[in-house]
Amino acid sequence: MFGFAARRLLSAIPTLFAIVTLAFFMMRLAPGGPFDSARRLPPEIERNIAAAYHLDKPIFGQYVDYLARLAHFDFGPSFRTRDFTVSQLIANGLPVSLKLGAAALAVAILFGVALGIAAALRQNRPGDYAAMALAMIGITLPTFVTAPILTLIFGIYGVTLFGVALTLPVGGWHDGALANMILPVTVLALPQIGIVARLVRGSMIEVLHSNFVRTARAKGLPGHLVIVRHALQAALLPLVSYLGPAVAGLLTGSLIVERVFGIPGIGRYFVEGAINRDYTLVLGVVICYAAFVIAFNLLADLLYAALDPRVSYAR
Amino acid sequence: MSVAAFETVVEVRGRSLWVDARRRLLRNRAAIAGIAVLATIAAMAVFAPLLSAYRYSDVDYSTISCAPDWWPWAAGVCRAGGTHWFGTDSLGRDLFVRVLFGARISLSVGLIATLVSLFIGVGYGAIAGFAGGRLDAFMMRFVDLLFSLPYIFLVIILMAVFNRNFFLMFIAIGAVEWLTMSRIVRGQTLSLREKEFIEAARAAGVSASGIVRRHIVPNVVGPVVVYVTLTVPSVILAESFLSFLGLGIQEPMTSWGVLISEGAAQMESAPWALFFPSLFMAATLFCFNFIGDGLRDALDPKDR
Repeated sequence: MFGFAARRLLSAIPTLFAIVTLAFFMMRLAPGGPFDSARRLPPEIERNIAAAYHLDKPIFGQYVDYLARLAHFDFGPSFRTRDFTVSQLIANGLPVSLKLGAAALAVAILFGVALGIAAALRQNRPGDYAAMALAMIGITLPTFVTAPILTLIFGIYGVTLFGVALTLPVGGWHDGALANMILPVTVLALPQIGIVARLVRGSMIEVLHSNFVRTARAKGLPGHLVIVRHALQAALLPLVSYLGPAVAGLLTGSLIVERVFGIPGIGRYFVEGAINRDYTLVLGVVICYAAFVIAFNLLADLLYAALDPRVSYAR
Repeated sequence: MSVAAFETVVEVRGRSLWVDARRRLLRNRAAIAGIAVLATIAAMAVFAPLLSAYRYSDVDYSTISCAPDWWPWAAGVCRAGGTHWFGTDSLGRDLFVRVLFGARISLSVGLIATLVSLFIGVGYGAIAGFAGGRLDAFMMRFVDLLFSLPYIFLVIILMAVFNRNFFLMFIAIGAVEWLTMSRIVRGQTLSLREKEFIEAARAAGVSASGIVRRHIVPNVVGPVVVYVTLTVPSVILAESFLSFLGLGIQEPMTSWGVLISEGAAQMESAPWALFFPSLFMAATLFCFNFIGDGLRDALDPKDR
């Protein structure tokens, strides 16, 4: 088990390295730099700025320098947001993004699993079709469509639920107040709810037809116990390996959601940084994202190996 | 009986995969409806200039953010009047024709980028599958590595640094969408190589090109066609995603992502500017998904 984890952790290093390298050279391929402006600066000032940020060195030297600093977890200064290092900016934004993403992941798993099980237990009946239609809508409608439309309905027009007039805030974060989180978390979770529901429905149907479930029924176990104690465990196993892709999907969605709802997370830094050529900031955020995707893929592998006795660690 | 004559007899008697598939597809109502709606949207996009009296770039300051005449909830807003069926945007441009021009861009991005991914994916997968052994293992390790990259972020960087070069966007999206395709093709080729009917054909003296044409290609085409119909919507999504973030196509040209982004910015005062592009985009995505599911059911030999 330990060796398996260590091997998988080591194999993440070349992936991370590839991402850093690709992103670094991509940013530098294009003409223009972070300090270009409409007003032409005197050449000596330009030279001084370039020297201060080590942009005057040959590009490969800059790359080696960057890797060396990265080894000490130093992402360097932000080129555009003066007086801030990239690490400070990420430290500001990351907790917000994390809270948003974790809430969305929890909502997606909770509702997705419930929907999937409900559909599987009513296979090929109206309830099943309704649940799968819902899942299809969630998967198909992109975040940048659902975000404004839900904002319009729940944030601007307002709805009345059970006699309570409800108008949710359309933006801002307020340190993650519940009212501020409802819309962004819903929008972010919707596609994942759909995918999880489909996944769980498929595996649940397969498990319900398997012999050990028939045996459990045959020995007279009540229906709900068969499902909770026997079927559910086996049916939720495929969900574990979906963890990695789910996190990647949430990160992509968070770029849109943070922008639409004005949430001060790292997704906004990334888009703004890319447009402003803030090389170090973009690289820092990409590394952060990549680390998350890799970590969750690794976690999924380990969990799967721990949960499924058929998987052996020695390979 | 010569081989050629034998083949014609078999062809007449047998029900080919394609006839069967077409029959199954025609029975799938969701897929047929999807094809019909999609064909309508595509035809409207192609003939967009003929369908409206306005040009997509005609700015008219007398009709800024005006509702279409038939819009029911528009107390106190201006009416676009005349033939502005979808109302006008914040520069007084006709939304109907802009949505259709958005369809042109979104659909053509979908097709071109999918073709790029098709060529790369099929070529790569076929080579890996036919070669087998160490080359195959190496090529597939490379695909695994690329799979773990959060590539949408790399595309964003690419678009940002290359100043929203539209041609590059086709290539960039196509170049990252080929991974699954290559896995499918490689898997199919690898398993087909070992099948008895290929061996039988070889033993019966069918030439190598004949085997590829009559046996390999039809068996690989099924899953590839299914996956292509599912790639098109994901490519359209990727383009709109970039456009929404302001990294896609440039004014005055437009795409659904740009229109949705503009509509979202003024949704409180002009909800129709958000509604119509969202509706067209959602309809298109649903159609492709229905068609893809229908084709999968139709072409999957397991169901026969």
